[in-house]
Amino acid sequence: MISATPSGILLLIIIMYPLSASRAGEAPPLPAGLGSGQSTSTRENNVSAGAEFDVNGFWEARAGIRTRNDPRQRQTSLRESRLQLGIERTGGAVNLKLTGDLLYDDVTDSHDIDLETGEGFIDLREAWLFYRPADRADLKAGRQVLTWGTGDLLFINDLFPKDFKSFFIGRDEEYLKAPSDAIKLSLFSDAMGLDLVYTPRFDANRYIDGSRLSFFNPATGTITGREAIVKARVPDDWLDDDEVAARLHTNWHGYELAVYGYTGFWKSPRGADPLSGQAIFPQLDVVGLSGRGTLGPGIGNAELGYYYSRDDSSGSDPAIVNSEIRFLVGYEQEIAREMTLGLQYYLERMQDYSHYRNSLPAGDPARDHNRHVVTVRFTWLALQQNLRFSVFNFYSPSDADGYLRAGVSYRLDDNWTLSSGLNQFYGDEQHTFFGQLEDNSNIYAAVRYGFGSL
Amino acid sequence: MHGMRVNMQLTSRAAHYIIGAVIVFLQMLCICQSYAATPSLEEIIRKTEHTAYYLGKDGSAHVKMIITDSQGRERKRRFTILRLDEQANGQDYAGPAGDQKYYLYISYPSDLKNTVLLVWKHPASDDDRWLYLPALDLAKRIVASDKRTSFLGSDFLYEDISGRDVTADTHQLIETTNDYYVLKSVPREPDTVEFSEYTMWIHRQTFLPVKVEYLDKQGKKYRVYEALAVETIQGYPTVTRSRMQDLALRQESIMEFTRIKYDREIPEDIFTERYLRNPPRELLR
Repeated sequence: MISATPSGILLLIIIMYPLSASRAGEAPPLPAGLGSGQSTSTRENNVSAGAEFDVNGFWEARAGIRTRNDPRQRQTSLRESRLQLGIERTGGAVNLKLTGDLLYDDVTDSHDIDLETGEGFIDLREAWLFYRPADRADLKAGRQVLTWGTGDLLFINDLFPKDFKSFFIGRDEEYLKAPSDAIKLSLFSDAMGLDLVYTPRFDANRYIDGSRLSFFNPATGTITGREAIVKARVPDDWLDDDEVAARLHTNWHGYELAVYGYTGFWKSPRGADPLSGQAIFPQLDVVGLSGRGTLGPGIGNAELGYYYSRDDSSGSDPAIVNSEIRFLVGYEQEIAREMTLGLQYYLERMQDYSHYRNSLPAGDPARDHNRHVVTVRFTWLALQQNLRFSVFNFYSPSDADGYLRAGVSYRLDDNWTLSSGLNQFYGDEQHTFFGQLEDNSNIYAAVRYGFGSL
Repeated sequence: MHGMRVNMQLTSRAAHYIIGAVIVFLQMLCICQSYAATPSLEEIIRKTEHTAYYLGKDGSAHVKMIITDSQGRERKRRFTILRLDEQANGQDYAGPAGDQKYYLYISYPSDLKNTVLLVWKHPASDDDRWLYLPALDLAKRIVASDKRTSFLGSDFLYEDISGRDVTADTHQLIETTNDYYVLKSVPREPDTVEFSEYTMWIHRQTFLPVKVEYLDKQGKKYRVYEALAVETIQGYPTVTRSRMQDLALRQESIMEFTRIKYDREIPEDIFTERYLRNPPRELLR
């Protein structure tokens, strides 16, 4: 009796294995539930009623160093530990979400909690209520991350706050978006949807002020860092310094079309008080449109926006940025299995350029009439999509500068992820968009443990 | 005398057997007739496609996926799937397969929690696909030209989840067994796929594909799908547990379906950007 002993079974399997493996085309036995025996389900089919609470989040440690010497900054670009906790209530008449990061950041000088800038030990990412006041209306109120538009890491009609500091020093890409404290009302008809976002007090970008990243300060004409952090005057009167953003969108057989409007302020300090010289956020109105859809074997998108700089409508005030036309067109396609390539062309065209040139103080470096940017994104997934490799390059032929973002991440299991990457800025001149950041080039690595219920 | 009795007994037993055999034969005839006297190849293919992907006018299920690699390490996925057929794939199973919409809400692992995949499936052309990333509130359009890419890092491909266009292959009925129609299928455009042919065992009564074996370009079996458990839900025979094995990588993925419901009258607007950004919680339960 060989079948009675484990070694006997093993022997049998070994003997039989080549036979069964080489004989392609063996009829399978009927699975449970087909044929004679009717299977009865013993598996979980119970549905809980009422609201549910759910907790999830992650812990991560992240560190980075500068690859170039910048005497204005610490060599360590990133050294932090972060615990994100998210609590979500779903299934009730009102749903809510609360997501906060407890952050120990060793690089920053200030640990005072500032929920607007995200500085300090707590960065509150989300705190919102969601409610459906009518069949065709959604309302989301509170602190929330908001995104729309069609660009890939380029934004025209998305005037919600960005966190360029986090983006450039090597934090996870989700931190490019800073939260808004806003009310979002969405109305729907069969043909289209309308989003209205009201921000009662202006939410600025988490802009580059010299504290973590050195930049070209046009007021001094030099690269500025921690020794002279820019303290911009942020419009902060409730209801007076407010923002309204709107989007009317439709999906026509898979082609998404949208029209946008915005009234508020430039999201980064793009002006200066002529008397004090303090950086300010001039007023801004934007109208635009976008389209996205299948194009050949890939996806094409285009977006246009007119930036009306209300405080300098003639373009003759040298202290305030001129109006601009912004345009982008993009295309993405799969070039091989698990490999995609995306290309974008982006244009910023200054209005009233002759006024700008005439009013520009002598000696100040002049911007070009047109700023052209070309981006390339290459993404490759390998090892059952557990290894992700991504390269994104911004290159501006008009500014002769650029920015290379490369990253690799590997999911060890359902909880642990390792990642690493580089942020490389380059340029011929120190006053251009990416060129000014050259000394901030850095590399980083991170380990993350995610948790949540199965 | 004694011998005669024995003979008599034998004779009566033989008669019994003969009558029994005739009854069985008649029954078999009846069954064969109820099987519609061997359906045409076209009919088998259409009915199989229908039972595999188009049951009811809509459907939903909770899915647990376990991916086990060659070293026995497990990765898990949990998601809820909603499906809506754009036009009923008619009872005559004729004509091309209809467009469908899929809404897929991921609840595990935690880094993908609240991620939503929305697919407008067009069997004859490229699908429209959107991915919603909650941390960025980003409704992203994703390219879908290659339907034979891994689904959520598992051994299942997108095409296994939403169905391969039946007109992309030429099919041949190579055998009919007691339980199965056995079909051999060869791609019309071999350069677009990684397999050279596949064999499908289709259950004759339900038209459920019970097993599919894929051969690679060298003719070696490298990928095997199996339906492991079937339940009849609201009258529809439904695979509740299935497995895809990758013999080359020596790993496998198992999908388990629970809370399966059909004909829920899922509204079409669920499959739009509105619900991509704010999941329809009641339907996802």
